[in-house]
Parts: sequence; structure tokens; C-alpha cells
Amino acid sequence: MAEKNKVKTKAKKAAKPKASARVKTAKGTKSNKGVSSLKNLTIKICFGTGGLAAGSQDVMNEFSKQLKVRGIKADIAKKCVNKTGCRGFCAKDVLVEINMNGDKEIYQLITTDKVSRIVEEHIIGGDPVDQWLVGPDYHAFHDRQTKILLEQCGQIDPEDIDDYIGIGGYRGVKKALSQTQFEVIEEVKASGLRGRGGAGFPAGLKWEFCNMSDNPEKYIICNADEGDPGAFMDRAIIEGNPHSVIEGMIIGGYAIGAKEGYIYIRAEYPLAIQRLEIAIKQAKKKGFLGKNILKKGFDFDLYIKQGAGAFVCGEASALMRSIEGKRGMPRAKLWRSAVKGLRDKPTVLNNVETFANIPLIILNGAEWYRGFGTEKSTGTKVFALTGKMKNTGLIEVPMGMTLKEMIFDIGGGMTGRKKLKAIQTGGPSGGCIPAEHLDLPVDFDSLASVGSMMGSGSMVVVDEETCMVDLAKFFISFTQHESCGKCVPCRIGTKRMLEILTRITEGNGKEEDIDLLLELGSDIKHASLCGLGQSAPNPILSTIRFFRDEYEAHIKYGRCPANACKSLRQYLVSVEACKMCGKCSRICPSGAIIWEPRHNAELDKSKCVKCGACYDACPFNAIL
Amino acid sequence: MIENKCLKILDTYHKERGSVISILQDMQEVFGYVREDAVEWFSKKLNIPASSFFGVATFYSQFYLKPRGKNIVTACCGTACHVKGSEAIINRMRADLAVAEGEDTTSDGQFTMENVACVGACSIAPVVIVNKKVYGGVSPEKASGILKDYEKTSKGG
Repeated sequence: MAEKNKVKTKAKKAAKPKASARVKTAKGTKSNKGVSSLKNLTIKICFGTGGLAAGSQDVMNEFSKQLKVRGIKADIAKKCVNKTGCRGFCAKDVLVEINMNGDKEIYQLITTDKVSRIVEEHIIGGDPVDQWLVGPDYHAFHDRQTKILLEQCGQIDPEDIDDYIGIGGYRGVKKALSQTQFEVIEEVKASGLRGRGGAGFPAGLKWEFCNMSDNPEKYIICNADEGDPGAFMDRAIIEGNPHSVIEGMIIGGYAIGAKEGYIYIRAEYPLAIQRLEIAIKQAKKKGFLGKNILKKGFDFDLYIKQGAGAFVCGEASALMRSIEGKRGMPRAKLWRSAVKGLRDKPTVLNNVETFANIPLIILNGAEWYRGFGTEKSTGTKVFALTGKMKNTGLIEVPMGMTLKEMIFDIGGGMTGRKKLKAIQTGGPSGGCIPAEHLDLPVDFDSLASVGSMMGSGSMVVVDEETCMVDLAKFFISFTQHESCGKCVPCRIGTKRMLEILTRITEGNGKEEDIDLLLELGSDIKHASLCGLGQSAPNPILSTIRFFRDEYEAHIKYGRCPANACKSLRQYLVSVEACKMCGKCSRICPSGAIIWEPRHNAELDKSKCVKCGACYDACPFNAIL
Repeated sequence: MIENKCLKILDTYHKERGSVISILQDMQEVFGYVREDAVEWFSKKLNIPASSFFGVATFYSQFYLKPRGKNIVTACCGTACHVKGSEAIINRMRADLAVAEGEDTTSDGQFTMENVACVGACSIAPVVIVNKKVYGGVSPEKASGILKDYEKTSKGG
């Protein structure tokens, strides 16, 4: 089916620049070839946040300009240059795909100065510029993935609903509305789809609970408050294919009997918000939102609510409070959201990725969906693969793939010579998995078995340069800062844990600190009100479990094995590596480095304040 | 003068539930930060205690109670940025701009430094954002260079 879709898109796009045959270019003999090629030309430029940061807007303008300069009318040029969402491989942005007469070539790391040569040699001359084409790692990165959600990201124009409809979009809604609510829920239940927000609660069951309530006022909410540092799959899905989320919400709204839906999205994602606004407007125009959808007597409207920057609002009850305009504080779980949620009415809250799966399940059936993944974790999952790896980016793989395959086969292994130490999954709620567990299959239950969690699917790979105590401190300082302060275990407990970790990383740790952390961690886990507090100790507990020796090295020997904790560092000037430039001496704020021209720098330890300025400044890595 | 602007916000504010956040967002848009006198004005007008406004404003990191600089420099402190050295970048930028300890804004009001938990651009970490423009793969040297460009333009303009 995938292939068919692609061909369809191509054919549709290719039909657009009709007038190009009439265009005369200034290039004598080449022009014929160029003109005929242009009939079937589409240029797709990545317009995700990664692409935009790498300058995709400039690259796009340059393409339009170059095409115009070569005598191709501006409107035609405009039509064949397309924006697309994120392809996931942001490390090599700007990525540019050129489709010409059915041949597809993808360029990587494109900057404006490379555009004219591509237009000249490839588009007009018909000869791709080989040296800039994507290499084997691009193919390794993509070929090992199973893309069902991300398939269209990077293929369709996210700001054009016709593109989405062209690849079969909104057929899920049509099918769902011709079924009963019960049938839709049964299909989702049978698919085994579990919520992608972190906890992995079966989505179909949640819908069923809410459907059972006879309250006429119900709500459906999409949680796009992707607060986990290190996760950006929701942003990419919304930026690349916003209609898939909207379609999933319409189906969900129909199934539970809601007339209103909200998308709660972080203000930090301006591009995603803008694309959603455009998409909702277009969907309304086409009659997929509003009154009497598809003449089936179903009314449904969608609203965007912007978050105001609070991590705890990713928690269901806090999020609903925030939509109500209050401080985003969670409430005790005396009843489910499906009973009393937003404005105390029955509410279903699902994650972006969960909703994006729904149209595919409805359209292709539960059996098809169960074909991906494992028995208990069906389907695929999108992961944000980041950290010290070669191919960082967004990947979609079937549940149950091992960490090793993800990091070495898709991710291309580590950057630099340092060895892999651990993989941090699940953000501040998750844990660190050490290198010896690389064969662990990634699904909800396996991750939980090693004290981590799926979370929203962030995966940060760390090498030997990262101190695990410092990493645990990083997460706890995050959760401590984001704790809403309503319940004592979380508010005070995380603060105490941060204090203990801080003194350990500064070399003032006490022997009993590790046990104290374990005890505190267990208390906070059990006594906190919401998921934030209940999972806050995970990064500490899992690092103590697997990297206890690092904690002990800090406490007993005042040494940081990764040499990352600044106050434990002993700075030295390497006589072999020093090139006598004197940069370190000039930058040292305490005058601890003595240097004269044509002499090695020397460090006076009694004056050193361990600020690390020399270490950062040295161009030759001579400061150890 | 404040009153006119506040009235305008009041006009656009429709009586939906959950208006406190919307009012604060509008207020910040107009004044650049959450002004105490403006909050009091709304508090009297709407019969909502000022503490409710401040309660919400201090809860969410999007709201500022102090005026901010002309250029906003945001350093991402997400996990990926952290393991790739965002701390060194932040220290370098604060030193370059001479932002005082415990402050966020430079004394001349040109720059405000702020940290954000994650901007979701982890694959190009470390990330720095200046006035909504995203810079990826930043090093302390590159950050310093970026700031110099802004220093020039803001002084020239």
C-alpha cells in the first residue's frame, strides 16, 4: 500500500506545473532537456524545526530564484518547490529531495551556495551532483525503520489538506462514521494500541469507559504538551502531518460521544501550533469538522489551547486544570478522567502519537496493526534518538526492537572514540539502561523491568564523558523545579534529593548518602500525588542500581570517573600537547596559569578555582 | 494610558471559562511583562483577587514579572543539550554579555538570558535561540559569535 501511495502523490504533484512546456529557457541546447524534465519536477525541502534552523527557508528561496533566473516562470517554480515536514534525519539538514521524471534523488547538508550547481547540473543537465547526495548512513537510517506514522512526514505538504486527502486521508473518518460507536471502540481495543504518552494504558479501554457514561457533555483532549526534555516526536508528527492527529481526534470524539475537543500544545512549538491552526481551518472548510460531519449527524469542533510552560501540565488532571485557566496542579485520583475530567465532565485524554495511529487502525483493521510489534506492545513507536550518536533524529520502529539495533544499525553507532555507557529512556520519569543491557527489546514491559519506562520515547545515548551522578542531578533539578508543590513528598523530597546529589558532585558526599537516596526515592515514589512525583526518583534509583560504583567514587575518593564534575576535577597542563599559545593564561580568571611566550603553560593548583575556563578555551586539548 | 490598553484587552476577552491565563498572555503581549498595576486594574474590574492572577503568573514559566531585554537569548537545557555541553555555552554567553549573578537581563536592557527545558530540536543539540531564530550545533565559540552579531545590529539600530 505504501508504494501505491507514493506513486499517487508523485503523479498528482507532477501534474501541477502544466505550463512548463511552454517556457523558454535561455540555455540553448540544454533547454529542451531542461524544459521536458520540468514537466515532472518536484523539489521537496525539509521544513521541520531542524530544517529551518539549518536554513531551509533560504535554500527554498534560492531554488525559486535560480529557477526563475533560468527562465522558468515564478509561479511554476513556486509550484514545484514544496515544503515538507521533518524526515527525522535532522543531523543532515537541509535535506532536499528532487523528483524528476520518476527518479528520486536526495541531497543532504544543502546550503544556498550549493543550489545553483544542483539546478544547473541536475535539473537542467539531468546529471545529479553525486558528491552531495545522501550517503550510506542515510539509507541505513531509513531502511531499517518501519514507517507507518512517519511515512507521510517529509512526503506531503503539511499545509495542504488536499495532499493529505490525496494519500487516503480522512477515509478513516468516513469509515468510522459509517460504523457504530461500539464497532469503532472494538476495533481500537482489538488492535491492542496502548497510549503513547508513557504509561501505556490501552486506548480502546479508555474510550470504552468514557463511552459508557451517559453524561451529554463529554470532551476529548490531545496531549501535545511534550515536556520531556529529549523528546520531539509529537512536534514532528504535528509539523509533518497535522491532519492525521485531527482525523484521529474526530474518530475518537465520535466513538466516545464528545462534541468538543482540545489540543493542548506547548507554546515552545510555534511552528506546530501554526500548522495545526491551518489544518483545523482547512478541515472545517472541507466539512470534516463542524456541524453534521459528512451528513452523518455528528457535530464536532476542535480548539487549540496553548500551554504556558509547565512540565506538570503533561499530567492529565493538571492539563485539564490548565485548560480551565487555573494553576496546573494535579488532583488526587479518586476517579478516572473518563468519569470526571475537564470541567468535571467525562473526558478522554490521549497523546499525539496515539491519535495519529487511529485513522490507520480504522482504515486497515486491527489485524493489520497487530502485525507490527510484540504480543503485548503492538504497533510501532517513534523514538527520538539523540545524544552522542552519529545519526541523531527521529525513528519509527516496531515495538520489541532491541536497543542495539536502534543505536548501532539505525543510529550508526557512537560519535568519537568514547564508548557507549548508557541509554537514558523516558526522560525525567525514566531511567538509565547500562551498555550490558543492549539486547533488551524495547517495549512497555521490558523497559519497566529494568527500572526505566517508555515515557514518550526519548532516547539519549551517553558515553563515558557523562557522569551518571551528574545526569541524575540534572533530571532531579528539572523535576524539582517543575514540581507543582501541591504534595509534600514531591515538593520537599525532590529538593532534599537535589541537595544530596549536589553535595556528592561537589565532593562533600557522606557515606550514608546512597542509602538515604534509596530510602527517600522509595518514599517519594509511593507517597506522591501524581505521575510526576511518582516517577521523579527513577533516574536516581536506576543510576544507583547500575552505576553505584560511580556514586561511591565520588563519595569515598572524591573522584568523578567521567571527569565531568567540575569541582572534583584536577586540572593539569599536558606538556606534550601544549602548543604554547597562552590562550589559557589569558582566560584564567584567578591568575593560576603562568605562561610566557615560547614556554609551556604551568598551572598553580593553589590558585586554581576549578572554573574550567582554560579547559574550554584550549584549542589543542592540552588541559587535562 | 495603561487603562486604555487594559480596556482593549478586556474587550477582546470573551467570557469563556479559563480567562485568567488568556488575560495574562494578552497583557504580556501588550506590556512585555505582567505589570502589577495592570493586574490590580483587572482584579477590581473583574472581581477576581489579584492573588489569583499572580498565582497563575508565577506558576507558569511563560510569564515574567520584570521587564525583559530587547533581545531574548534562550539556551536549551534539555537532556541532549546537557550531555553535549549546554552548561559551558550558557556560562560563556553570560560572561560575554556580562549578565550579573542572579539576574537575567543585562544592565543596558539589550539582552535577556533565559533557559528552557527543551525546545524539541534535540537532533541538532546543543541549541540556542535568539529572538525565535534557532541555532543548532552550537559551541561556546559559535554562541559568542552569534551574540556579537546581535550586539552589532542592536547598537547600530
